[in-house]
Amino acid sequence: MKRVYVNEEWCLGCHLCEYNCAFAATGETDMAKALKGVTIHPKIQIEENNRISFAVSCRHCDDPICVKSCIAGAISKTDGVVHVDKSKCVGCYTCILVCPYGAVMPAPDGHAIQKCELCTDNACGEPACVKGCPNGAIVFEER
Amino acid sequence: MAINYNIPEYDVLRDPQRCIACRVCERQCANEVHSFDPDSGTMKSDESKCVNCHRCVALCPTHALKIVKNPDTFRLNAYWGQNDISEIYRQAETGGMLLSSMGNPKPYPIYWDKILINASQVTNPSIDPLREPMETRTFLGKKPGAIERNPDGSIKTDSLPPQLKLEVPILFSAMSYGSISYNAHQSLARAAQELGTYYNTGEGGLHEDFYKYGPNTIVQVASGRFGVHHDYLEAGAAIEIKIGQGAKPGIGGHLTGAKITDAVSRTRMIPKGTDAISPAPHHDIYSIEDLRQLVYSLKEATEYKKPIIVKIAAVHNVAAIASGIARSGADIIAIDGFRGGTGAAPTRIRDNVGIPIELALAAVDERLRQEQIRSNVSLIVAGGIRNSADVVKAIALGADAVYIATPALIALGCHLCRTCQIGKCNWGIATQRPDLVKRLNPDIGYKRLMNLVSAWQHEIMEMMGGMGINSIEAMRGNRLMLRGVGLNEKELEILGIKHAGE
Repeated sequence: MKRVYVNEEWCLGCHLCEYNCAFAATGETDMAKALKGVTIHPKIQIEENNRISFAVSCRHCDDPICVKSCIAGAISKTDGVVHVDKSKCVGCYTCILVCPYGAVMPAPDGHAIQKCELCTDNACGEPACVKGCPNGAIVFEER
Repeated sequence: MAINYNIPEYDVLRDPQRCIACRVCERQCANEVHSFDPDSGTMKSDESKCVNCHRCVALCPTHALKIVKNPDTFRLNAYWGQNDISEIYRQAETGGMLLSSMGNPKPYPIYWDKILINASQVTNPSIDPLREPMETRTFLGKKPGAIERNPDGSIKTDSLPPQLKLEVPILFSAMSYGSISYNAHQSLARAAQELGTYYNTGEGGLHEDFYKYGPNTIVQVASGRFGVHHDYLEAGAAIEIKIGQGAKPGIGGHLTGAKITDAVSRTRMIPKGTDAISPAPHHDIYSIEDLRQLVYSLKEATEYKKPIIVKIAAVHNVAAIASGIARSGADIIAIDGFRGGTGAAPTRIRDNVGIPIELALAAVDERLRQEQIRSNVSLIVAGGIRNSADVVKAIALGADAVYIATPALIALGCHLCRTCQIGKCNWGIATQRPDLVKRLNPDIGYKRLMNLVSAWQHEIMEMMGGMGINSIEAMRGNRLMLRGVGLNEKELEILGIKHAGE
């Protein structure tokens, strides 16, 4: 199963992954039009301190604790991808509390959660963060 | 505050319709040109700090940025150019020598562009490299003067002097660890290994991690002797004695203490933070006889198993100097033309000293042939090779192979902003700052270098095939394959080529 892996050694902390993620979610074709004046809510986020930086997104764990914790049965794992059904999500945020990676976050509307679904939930085809990373620090591969 | 007499050289144009204030430009600019204004939520720029390296332009996700020549000018003057005036202001302010990097950018003649290559038509068939064998492999080193045979009549091969085997007649030229980054060196080393050619350590020693690339490494011994020890000499496939550099003939080098980090200090075998100063001359070489002593010392130290290269800058009497070197016992002569790059050189030296490599090469090859010592040495030319056509022309003028460095750095992302000397290379090449060095991922870098050289190899094969030539050996010194355009009699005479139409 191909997953998004992050190599801290090559992360520049440029935050382009966040913008590419947010752009992919809009479904627009022009990034300037899609993100101009907009506060972005990317599903991949850069953690940084001093000169260390790396991107964090859902690991699609083998035994995802978020799935177990979901009181509404909104999170499921199919074909290796941990998926959230926003129509079922009640916004209790239990998954956000239990995720050891901090990879689940509230969706911008505040009524549900959002997380990386490897761009299977948009028209991007392959993960936008990987495609846009200028230094090969985020890869999408089988390990 | 004193008045700043100068004007910014470049202007940063930001399209407000496109800018989404993602701040990538701000995070990527080591010169701190870009900043974010939280009150207005917009980006600002201080163009006076911009060196036009294009890092921000390349990474801007919405293509909102353009760097243009600042249209602001001093009063136009056909004699006193903008640069002349600006440099005087800088020197009047600092009292210092002007420093520059990379090759001579001045509009001197480019002889490569006045030489045209031949092609076969009708009577002498051209060769299709996709269907017929085409050899780009070549060997560098002293060639025997005559065939010797064993008692049984077979040809003696065990007495052949040491040779470098190149799958393509292109090597990566000397760039020291210190002047360029660890990741740049690793990219070059890995690419050389994959391509079946060589990279050159430059004068900064060989990082312990790169000894494994030894069979594809040329180790350099320069006037500063940085990082030279027995294992280092043993590690390389060949040893290069650096006498001169095309970008700064006649002077030494100076790597500032700021670039002597822990790893650079260990590799160079000098204290951390001290300036690494290479003297202008080798203090033990004041004659060809002295050079011969060093050549043979190095041969002795490595049991005559490795070819010795002597690298000189192309200067006025280069042919006579090369003739001396060919008699010194050296196996290969490398000649570096005045367009060759550098990590730092005094501007006046870079822009005014040395001669074009095309003329130097033709003069040296001709002189060595006249003196019947051409096969004593192989010739590598360096300094300003820009593309595969330059390589073909160089070989047809008499070179055995070419060194490339500027094209290799450009392949790695260098945008020739020519400010290596300040050590803040935004592309992670000419810097030792860890946050900048990591911007060059060698996994990406070595593939780009491989792509470049493979592309050139294909083009060289196409051009050779067009001429009806199927090996580098058959093209070498084949000046009948070249014609000059717009050159005067003297230039044609030195280049040893006819004018187009002749």
